[in-house]
Amino acid sequence: MTVPVLSFPNGIHPPGEKDRTSKMEIKKISPKPGSIMVFPVSQHIGAPCEPLVEAGERVLIGQKIGDSPKPVSAPIHSSVSGTVKEIKDALTPKGNLCKSVFIENDGLEEGIKPRDQAPDSAIPAREETLRRIREAGVVGLGGAGFPTHIKLNPPPGKKIDTIIVNAAECEPYLTTDHRVMLEDSDRLVTGLEVILSLFPEAQGIIGIETNKPDAIEKMSSAIKGKSRIKVVGLVPKYPQGSEKQLMYACTKREVPSGGLPADIGCLVDNVDTVVAIARAVMLERPLIRRIVTLTGGCIARAGNYEVRLGMKISELIDAIGGFSEEPYKIISGGPMMGTSMYDLDVPIIKTSSAILCFTEKEGKLPPERPCLRCGKCVDHCPMHLMPLELNYHAINHDEDQFIKNSGLDCLECGSCSFTCPAKRHLAQSIRAMRKDLMSRGKRA
Amino acid sequence: MDNKRLVVTSTPHTRSTETVESIMRHVLIALAPAAVMSVYYFGLRALLLIVLTVASCVAFELGFEKIAGKPVTILDGSAVVTGVLLAFNLPASSPFWMPVVGSLFAIVVAKMLFGGLGQNFINPALAGRAFLMAAYTPKMAGSWTAPVRNPFSIDAVASSTPLILMKEEGFVPAAQDILNAFVGNTAGCIGETCAIALILGGIYLLWKKVITWHIPFAYIATVYALSTILGRYGIMTGDGLFEILSGGVMLGAIFMATDYTTSPVTDTGKLVMGIGCGTLTVLIRNYGGYPEGVSYSILILNLFVPLLDKYLRPRVFGKDLPKKGEAAK
Repeated sequence: MTVPVLSFPNGIHPPGEKDRTSKMEIKKISPKPGSIMVFPVSQHIGAPCEPLVEAGERVLIGQKIGDSPKPVSAPIHSSVSGTVKEIKDALTPKGNLCKSVFIENDGLEEGIKPRDQAPDSAIPAREETLRRIREAGVVGLGGAGFPTHIKLNPPPGKKIDTIIVNAAECEPYLTTDHRVMLEDSDRLVTGLEVILSLFPEAQGIIGIETNKPDAIEKMSSAIKGKSRIKVVGLVPKYPQGSEKQLMYACTKREVPSGGLPADIGCLVDNVDTVVAIARAVMLERPLIRRIVTLTGGCIARAGNYEVRLGMKISELIDAIGGFSEEPYKIISGGPMMGTSMYDLDVPIIKTSSAILCFTEKEGKLPPERPCLRCGKCVDHCPMHLMPLELNYHAINHDEDQFIKNSGLDCLECGSCSFTCPAKRHLAQSIRAMRKDLMSRGKRA
Repeated sequence: MDNKRLVVTSTPHTRSTETVESIMRHVLIALAPAAVMSVYYFGLRALLLIVLTVASCVAFELGFEKIAGKPVTILDGSAVVTGVLLAFNLPASSPFWMPVVGSLFAIVVAKMLFGGLGQNFINPALAGRAFLMAAYTPKMAGSWTAPVRNPFSIDAVASSTPLILMKEEGFVPAAQDILNAFVGNTAGCIGETCAIALILGGIYLLWKKVITWHIPFAYIATVYALSTILGRYGIMTGDGLFEILSGGVMLGAIFMATDYTTSPVTDTGKLVMGIGCGTLTVLIRNYGGYPEGVSYSILILNLFVPLLDKYLRPRVFGKDLPKKGEAAK
């Protein structure tokens, strides 16, 4: 199968580490009866939901348990049938406290919809499509968690001509997008067709890194006869799956600093999100599960698992065979941008793409040393920044210089820190400065 | 499950295997062919000079750090690299106290007083060489010896370098001279004469991604083009090939001008650095008081590095887009 192979300038080539799980079929993991499921009311960018249930109430699978009247928000649904135990603050995988609905799973698996419902044969009209996506609580599942019904409804005047399915999966270790493309290719195409129905003049592009030739082949045959969709190869390189870099690779257009993809006529959704859109629109199924890669040197049985949202990570790890040795570091997400966790008593949420359990050898970071000025961070920065200087400005709290040198344009992708021979905490210092500035309303 | 021992850090959670030590190791490997050839051409005396300079550089760095109460950094290998490069810049006839004095200036004055590795503003090895040139001119620039081509010899026969002959006696290189310069069979500093060994080292550094092509290419190409055009005996009379193979151009362009700390971090900055070094080298050789200008041209360009880094920056992704209207179509 020959497809064009596209890329962006700079970036890095971290070891892929995907071989252990890329051949493993997605396995369903069900929470045990009696286990406590935790649903934070904010699993997305935007307004948190208000709980719609009270302690003691019985809920069914797919029942909405949190929603918000604000436009930029997405409802939360129960992924089990059972009883609401309490509503209180709980730790999330991101390390913050969030009001959460605790539900005890009764194991009866009672849903609000019949299990064997036939899919709609036709895509509904625009308003209904967007309504179903919103009602299903679909958000960007790649990690950002932006409500999808907002993203798919750009302000009038923004003409969208390219819809990109982000199947780069450039983070090391992660293999969920790869498996979904192999195992659920038709639904992925359906999801893309749903999006294309909202943008009648747009072209659909599925961008896949060429280290997944089987996925390229599978998707290429799944789109046969669909003239509005094409599959393109992407050079395996990090951060190929970063929205700005991916759009550049596919269209050679640059999002203006501080702008949105819609400014250059593009929309990007990742594989899992597009599948969730298909389920939401064609089956009216809410988002209550996601695919998670569990791997790393401490995991006894690494693999790709379909997990109910709300399941505690500790329970999930036990359910798949536990640790083979005591973990040194546990990361929610990929090794480049994921969050390391100090407590496993947190739930899988909409944006949990992977759980990596690292041995000391895999996860120990070398000590920081003085900068050599080798310039490798400059050579590899996908935004063409000068991380070594931003690092100085951040350490010295020199806000003016930091902003002047485009520090706010940083993606926080970590390419600079990865490549630094002196092992400087470049991305960390830049992130801290950005967070500080952005919390005070400064934008790129 | 005992969760209390989990380590939490900021991203990214994985790092490349490249370290300061691995880079210095690659540089030393790249310098090895030229070191072997220096011993082949200039005898055991060359080996003694290299060992002595490296030992002095390491000892001065260690001594400075002990006295100043700083963490000891001699194991990072940078002092060893400085030592080898300084030794390569010495004539074979150097008395054995010269490397010690040169190392003192290179390590203590040029490097450690400014804060150590990564903080110096001029190349330490070249600073050491410049100091020796200024303080002991006759010993550095007036006592060249011909290659003895006997590793066990410690004798030396006085000889002039081709650059001196061209400058002072109107020497016109023949094909045999070009070949001699290529293989290193000519008078000069012990590490600079064998162009082929230095080029091999350069290819190794490019392969290991320790350096990029910008500075060496721009430097050598500029010397080639400019010395051909601004010939020593009139416009277009120059022998560009002989000029790039003679003197310190290869050593300077591949190993000295590419020193991380004292070269620009951006690609355009590196190109300008190479072009600037090449231009100054040719101007000094053809019109200056010295027969050779590599070390001074690199030292001068070292001073421009902060300026180059300030103004020759890459265009930030998404900023200053070429055609603003077109992007949104």
